[in-house]
Amino acid sequence: MSQNAEKVIDHELLFRQPEYTSMFENKQKNFEYKHPEQKIIEIQEWTKTKEYQDKNFAREALTVNPAKACQPLGAVFAAVGFANTLPFVHGSQGCVAYYRSHFSRHFKEPTSCVSSSMTEDAAVFGGLNNMVDGLANAYSMYKPDMIAVSTTCMAEVIGDDLDSFIKTAKSKGSVPEDFDVPFAHTPAFVGSHVTGYDNALKGIVEHFWSKAGDAKPVAGKLNFIGGFDGYTTGNLREIKRLLGAMGVDYTILGDTSDIWDTPTDGEYRMYDGGTTKEEVKAALNASATISFQEYCTEKTLKYIATKGQETVALNHPVGVGGTDKFLMEVSRLTGKAIPDALTKERGRLVDAIADSQAMIHGKKFALYGDPDLMLGLTAFLLELGAEPTTVLSTNGDDKWAAKVQALFDASPFGKNCKVYPKKDMWHLRSLLFTEPVDYLIGNTHGKYLERDCNVPLIRLGFPIFDRHHYHRFPIWGYEGGLRVLVMILDEMFERLDQSTIITAKTDISYDIVR
Amino acid sequence: MSLTAEQTKTRNKELIEEVLSVYPEKSAKRRAKHLGVHEEGKSDCGVKSNIKSLPGVMTVRGCAYAGSKGVVWGPIKDMIHISHGPVGCGQYSWATRRNYYIGTTGIDSFGTMQFTSDFQEKDIVFGGDKKLEKLIDEIEVLFPLNKGISVQSECPIGLIGDDIEAVSKKKSKELNGKTIVPVRCEGFRGVSQSLGHHIANDMIRDWVFDKTDPNKNAFVATPYDVAIIGDYNIGGDAWSSRILLEEMGLRVIAQWSGDGTIAEIENTPKAKLNVLHCYRSMNYISRHMEEKYGTPWVEYNFFGPSKIEASLREIASHFDDKIKEGAERVIAKYRPLVDAVIANFKPRLAGKKVMLYVGGLRPRHVIGAYEDLGMEVVGTGYEFAHNDDYQRTTDYIKDSTLVYDDVTGYEFEKFVEKIQPDLVGSGIKEKYVFQKMGVPFRQMHSWDYSGPYHGYDGFAIFARDMDMAINSPVWSLTKAPWK
Repeated sequence: MSQNAEKVIDHELLFRQPEYTSMFENKQKNFEYKHPEQKIIEIQEWTKTKEYQDKNFAREALTVNPAKACQPLGAVFAAVGFANTLPFVHGSQGCVAYYRSHFSRHFKEPTSCVSSSMTEDAAVFGGLNNMVDGLANAYSMYKPDMIAVSTTCMAEVIGDDLDSFIKTAKSKGSVPEDFDVPFAHTPAFVGSHVTGYDNALKGIVEHFWSKAGDAKPVAGKLNFIGGFDGYTTGNLREIKRLLGAMGVDYTILGDTSDIWDTPTDGEYRMYDGGTTKEEVKAALNASATISFQEYCTEKTLKYIATKGQETVALNHPVGVGGTDKFLMEVSRLTGKAIPDALTKERGRLVDAIADSQAMIHGKKFALYGDPDLMLGLTAFLLELGAEPTTVLSTNGDDKWAAKVQALFDASPFGKNCKVYPKKDMWHLRSLLFTEPVDYLIGNTHGKYLERDCNVPLIRLGFPIFDRHHYHRFPIWGYEGGLRVLVMILDEMFERLDQSTIITAKTDISYDIVR
Repeated sequence: MSLTAEQTKTRNKELIEEVLSVYPEKSAKRRAKHLGVHEEGKSDCGVKSNIKSLPGVMTVRGCAYAGSKGVVWGPIKDMIHISHGPVGCGQYSWATRRNYYIGTTGIDSFGTMQFTSDFQEKDIVFGGDKKLEKLIDEIEVLFPLNKGISVQSECPIGLIGDDIEAVSKKKSKELNGKTIVPVRCEGFRGVSQSLGHHIANDMIRDWVFDKTDPNKNAFVATPYDVAIIGDYNIGGDAWSSRILLEEMGLRVIAQWSGDGTIAEIENTPKAKLNVLHCYRSMNYISRHMEEKYGTPWVEYNFFGPSKIEASLREIASHFDDKIKEGAERVIAKYRPLVDAVIANFKPRLAGKKVMLYVGGLRPRHVIGAYEDLGMEVVGTGYEFAHNDDYQRTTDYIKDSTLVYDDVTGYEFEKFVEKIQPDLVGSGIKEKYVFQKMGVPFRQMHSWDYSGPYHGYDGFAIFARDMDMAINSPVWSLTKAPWK
């Protein structure tokens, strides 16, 4: 018998017990009609070759293991960053079940969002009734201050017009006439989740600003946009600390730091924190807006610029140079000096890098993920003296690739590095075989590459399902840079220990001081 | 202070009135039909089911695609399942259901991969059939050991008029009769995952059974051949079930569909008996096999020793004495384990109250396992049940149990707040809501990344997990001492 009541055996070990392993063998032998083992090994080895890579890169129709999600996910992300705001996705209801699950698996937090639950009849007649009933139900049950509407591909394919639907719903009394229902069309077949974030955020900002009259810019007042970010809780708190330390008058547009980090104290908070409507309205009068992620805010910044604000688009700064640039931009835009305390923090990060640079120098990295994150991490790795030899993004385009190339070109460590726009993780698998690296950086899905290609994975990205609480810590600012540095170092030391742990064989180098 | 059944009924009815008061009138009327209090002796739970969710209420339900790709087809490990349409559906359902399998992923097995046609605007405008053709060719080049392909339609496919059946037929012909299955499981079809299960079952009937030469695989049948139907091997459930069936002398020729292969599916009509765990998602194909091949089917329940024993005997009753003796042997073999598990955990769990809200079979099937540990299920409901599920539920639940069909976020939260159970068992979307409220919780879809929960080996894990959740010291920390 395999199981033990005193020490209950989990799936990890249960299925290695002989009763089970022999059962598996029999199932395979008698019923699965599996390919011969030799054939499997032959194909497995073939997938590691350059020949396979060429065929793999010749793909035009098939996507395998992409590192991107669809627009409405980003729209929900943007919406939950506003105070007492209920995201409402117009279309099929299964989509919303997926977004909520996806966020909850990453943040280990609830995510509230409703759907207009469109079915076949809506596909034929349009989803107006669903909007009318849906807004009425959501408004009476969940008592939001604002309902932010976006769309699934179903509603987009049949051409539902949100503007007129919402007006009709209001005229039918679903919600009061003056109730705020910003909206954005977010077709899943255009762009990715970062596009959806951009569209939804623009929808909310435009909703309030378009009827607010002319801007009355206040010198030194700043808006900040974080973008779609798996570390949003830790990161936005870090940004607030930095801007607070500089004494800046600022507004975060889409502040998701509290809603995805509510306490367990006996009370469930469906809404918590977030940018209030008054803050959004007042944000019109800022003198400038800084976006931490250019590709999450292309349209939003364009719109904000039409209101006379200066806009600055950064690319997910990580590390010394990136944070320097951010703080100097803040200083330039606000006239506030960077305080000595932050200069000292900077020095501490540089100190940490100096202490550890020998571990990282010349190590090769492959990394994949959202376009801005890739730019930020590439810059940091180059700063550490590492070689980001393979930088890949499924939702990064050729323009993005040129920016990554510019980073390579500006550093001697970028000489042998290559960027891959619009590629997926099956492409990356080929690259990891033909051009091996020392470490891989990416999201949880990268663990399949870690297994197949025997390359250690450092988890930085979205989603992270199989590690807990990463999102609670910043990867932005000097503090965040330190966190990323330690994550990289921990993996390196761990690997070194693992490879030197066999008694009387490899343990010569099993050092106590490293 | 514990309430009598009558007091509980009154309390539950008041609670239902209270949650309904928040809805607009029209919606309250509709929701009222889905909320009920069980009356002993009634033939169902007094709730309507399998009806469209109200818009805007935060239903927990998913869609037909989730039912087909996520539940039925996805676990068939040696086929490639294409999420046909935009990128999201496949991305969110990628490997999160924990359908365990053994195989070389990417080479001869594909269960934890995400294959998608990643529709772009031009595919919507000009149609995706050409792309699908090319995509199948690319699969054949890069994944030559795949044993078949299924096309899992996402919403746009049915809306833009793509003919995936024609593409599938054409490519199958070109590829010497390869199994290529078009599945019309667009997310807007039906009212929940449930229609997706049905469509997926029907497609196995039409595109696998009806197109397979029965002599395709050399297969010598025995009188003791059974197939496990409706077990998705979440955390290894089908394995901890299979082991018991084999120990009693049966031969399991197929697993539907956890750790399943297309060959097993194809050979299933040769079984002497289909044993059906998840009735909701696979009763369709079981009925079909009964009609067409004369294969009888029997429902069983492998949660908790009481139901396992009864099920082993029920399954054995379809066979000769050898198997009947085998069932008794298995029951006796595991008795010491069961006794030890109950001795360990029952004292820690007895009297604890549980509220469930899950899908498929679990809102009723797991009740026996809780009762084996001395616990009581005081509320239960299904995401996507039909009336026949609620009829079956009456065999499990007690008088006065609160029953909620397609519960909304608001209702569930209020019910739990008022009833204050010792444990809630539901899904990932609900987990953190209740934990924040200080209520212990276990995910009862994914087993909270634990499992298996089926069979005797699984029962030990189940008991341990419920104990961990309920008796964790964290729940004593939720209030700050100075508050």
